[in-house]
Amino acid sequence: MMALLRRDLAIATRSGGAAMLGVLFFLAVVAVIPFGIGPDLNLLARIGPAILWIGALLASLLGLDRLFQADREDGSLDMLVMQDWVTLVLTVFVKSLAHWLATGLPLVLAAPLLGLLMNMSATATGAVMLTLLVGTPAISFIGAVGAAVAVVLPRGGLLVSILILPLAIPILIFGVSAAYAAVTDPDPFLPPFMILSAIALFFAALGPVAAAAALRGASD
Amino acid sequence: MSDTTISQGWFTSLANPTRFLALSGRILPYLATAAVLSLVVGLYMSFAAPEDYQQGITVRIMFIHVPAAWLAMMCYSVMAVASLGTLVWRHPLADVAAKTALPIGAAFTFLSLLTGSLWGRPMWGTWWVWDARLTSVFVLFLMYLGLMALHKAMDDPARAARPAAVLTLVGFVNIPIIKFSVDWWNTLHQPASVIRMDGPTIHPTMLYPLLVMAIAYTLIFFTLHLMAMRNEIWRRRVQTMRRQAAQSIGGGAST
Repeated sequence: MMALLRRDLAIATRSGGAAMLGVLFFLAVVAVIPFGIGPDLNLLARIGPAILWIGALLASLLGLDRLFQADREDGSLDMLVMQDWVTLVLTVFVKSLAHWLATGLPLVLAAPLLGLLMNMSATATGAVMLTLLVGTPAISFIGAVGAAVAVVLPRGGLLVSILILPLAIPILIFGVSAAYAAVTDPDPFLPPFMILSAIALFFAALGPVAAAAALRGASD
Repeated sequence: MSDTTISQGWFTSLANPTRFLALSGRILPYLATAAVLSLVVGLYMSFAAPEDYQQGITVRIMFIHVPAAWLAMMCYSVMAVASLGTLVWRHPLADVAAKTALPIGAAFTFLSLLTGSLWGRPMWGTWWVWDARLTSVFVLFLMYLGLMALHKAMDDPARAARPAAVLTLVGFVNIPIIKFSVDWWNTLHQPASVIRMDGPTIHPTMLYPLLVMAIAYTLIFFTLHLMAMRNEIWRRRVQTMRRQAAQSIGGGAST
C-alpha cells in the first residue's frame, strides 16, 4: 500500500505535473474574480473565504477524472480490480489519499498567498487553510466515486464534475460557514467545523467502498 | 439447485421480465383508472377546500406542491431500493426500474420547485431563497439530471447499471437531509405539518384534500413507472433483436 501511495505520488508530481496544474487552475480562478467584480479591497476581503473555497472545490474536481483513467489506459486497473474486496477498497482509499496529497494539499498551501491577494486578515486566512485542510480530502474521497463511475467513458471529465458537485455542496456549505464563523465574532467556529470534519470522515469511509463497487461493476 | 427455484416467492417470480410484462399489463388499466379518478376527486376537493385566512387562495398551490415534493423523495427512495437490487441480485429488471424512475422523479422535483417558487413570490416576496430545504431539493434535482446524463453517456445499458446504482445509493444521503432540513436549520420554509410524531397540525378541511392528492400522485407515479418500465423492457428487447439480426447478417456475409 505504501508502494502504491509512492507510485501514485510520483506519477502525479513528475509526468505532466497534474499536481501543479490544479494549483495553477486555482490561482487562475481566484485571479479572475477581481476582474469580474472590481478591485474593491473591502468587498474582496469580505467574500475572500468563499472565493477561495469555490476555487479550491473547482480545482480539486478538475483532476478527478484522471484518478482511475491513467490506470485504465495502461491496464493496471484490471489488476487492481481483480484483488479481493477488502484490498480493493483499501487500494481505492490509498489512491484517493495520494490524489489528495498531490492535488488537494498544494491547494491548502497556496491558500495563504491567495488570501494575501484577497486582502484577507490573518485569522480568516488561517481559518480557510484549516477548513480546506479538512474539507479537500472529503472532496477527493467522494470524488473517487464519480471517477470510478465515469472510468469507462472516453471523455468523462465533465460528467464527473456534474455528478460530484451536488454531493460536494455540503462540504462547501460547512467549510465556508466555518471560515466565516472564525472572522465574524458572535458565530461559534467549532460547530460547523465539527460537522465539516464529520462529513470528511463519513466520505472517507463511504467513498472508497462505493468507488470500489462501481469499479467492480464497470469491469464485468 | 432445485431447492432455490422452489423457494422463490411470488415477488422473485415477478422479477422475470416476461411475467412482469404480463402482470403489469393486467394491472395497468386499473391503476391508471384509479389514478385518474383520485386525481379528479383530489382536484375537486382542493378547490372546494376553504381559503386560508392568511394565504388566501394561494394555499391551493400547496395541494399540488406538497405531494410533488413527497413524490420526488419517494421516487428517489424507489430508485435507491432498485439500485440495491441491481447491486445485490444483479437483476436487470431492478436496473430498468431505477433507470425509468429517473425522468419521472426529475419531473416531480421540477414541479415542486416550480410551484414552490410560484407560491413564494406572493407569500415570501421572492421567487427563490437559498434556504436549506430549497437548496437540498435543488441538489436532488441536480442529482436526477446528473444520473440521467450518466445513463445517456453510456451506450450499453447493462454497463451503466452498476455504476449508476452505486451513485444513486451514495446520493441517497440527501433524502434524510431534505426531510429534516426544516428541523435542523432555521429556515424560511415552514416545518413539517403532516408527517410528524404528534400527529398532523394541519386542519382536517385541508388535510383530507392533501391526502387524496398524495394518493393520486402516488398512483400516477406507479402508473407512469410501470408504463416506462414496460417501454424500457421492449426497447431493450428490440435492441437485442436488432443486434442479433445484424450479427447474423454479418456472419452470413463472411462465410
